[in-house]
Amino acid sequence: MAVVYEKTKLLTDKPLHYCPGCTHGIIHRLVAEVIDELGVQEKTIGIAPVGCAVFAYDYFNCDMMEAAHGRAPAVATGCKRVNPKNVVFTYQGDGDLASIGAAEITHAATRGENITVIFVNNAIYGMTGGQMAPTTLPGQVTTTSPYGRDPKLCGYPIRVSEMLATLDGPAFIARVSVHDVKHIMEAKKAIRKAFEMQIAGKGFSMVEVLSACPTNWGMTPQEALKWLADNMIPQYPLGVKKEVE
Amino acid sequence: MAKLTIDRETCKGCGLCADVCPKHLLALSREINAKGYHPIGITDQEACIGCAFCARMCPDAVIKVEK
Repeated sequence: MAVVYEKTKLLTDKPLHYCPGCTHGIIHRLVAEVIDELGVQEKTIGIAPVGCAVFAYDYFNCDMMEAAHGRAPAVATGCKRVNPKNVVFTYQGDGDLASIGAAEITHAATRGENITVIFVNNAIYGMTGGQMAPTTLPGQVTTTSPYGRDPKLCGYPIRVSEMLATLDGPAFIARVSVHDVKHIMEAKKAIRKAFEMQIAGKGFSMVEVLSACPTNWGMTPQEALKWLADNMIPQYPLGVKKEVE
Repeated sequence: MAKLTIDRETCKGCGLCADVCPKHLLALSREINAKGYHPIGITDQEACIGCAFCARMCPDAVIKVEK
């Protein structure tokens, strides 16, 4: 019997601490599979964020480093500039990247820093207990917007991919989703493309992955994936936002 | 015939794999694992076509598919 599919060796044997049905696990696996397929395990350095994915360094079977909240692109800049042969990626959530880390990501992107950013957008702060994030949808109920996000009071959600795509620095920016198998395959292609752009020295690449948070959305895993498809994708349209030749 | 191997102690019973199985062969078990979850199980191994949709969907990478 031939193996059709098994867990990649780029993930360690440590069980993931994420809640049941959390799509962080899928995104971890896609990134790990891409690193494995590109054969760059030995020279890859991942930068873990603060947030639910803070323990990512326990799960990826490559060199990992932990950054202060939101500062992963700054740490990645150092890792890349010290040795440009390194393949450097950051793995950040929306509370980390779009809020406290908005300056670091914007400037890393506009410098065209030759790193890859995996941006996991679940429209909420997961680890701290479901507070409103910069990416929370209008009307979405969170612990700090119990009547739903009111744009008149709290402003509108930030479309990070579109915002960064207006800059001259980035080489590749795409938004993907992982709510079904077809979209998971497309997400993997985009992540692979982002890593290939970095290896080819094209410059800054980012993949925004729409992700579900069943626990803090107050839904079953199945309801959460449906809510993602029905509500998040209209707010955050999928597709390649920028790609240089 | 395809063969599924499920790491029942790592499974968190989210059931996302069951939703994507085109043959509807996956269901949560009655028993619980050491973590207190009902792990996923295959109801009819003979009918599995080895498409690996379940393994690609699983957030915890607990499913190995052979064919």
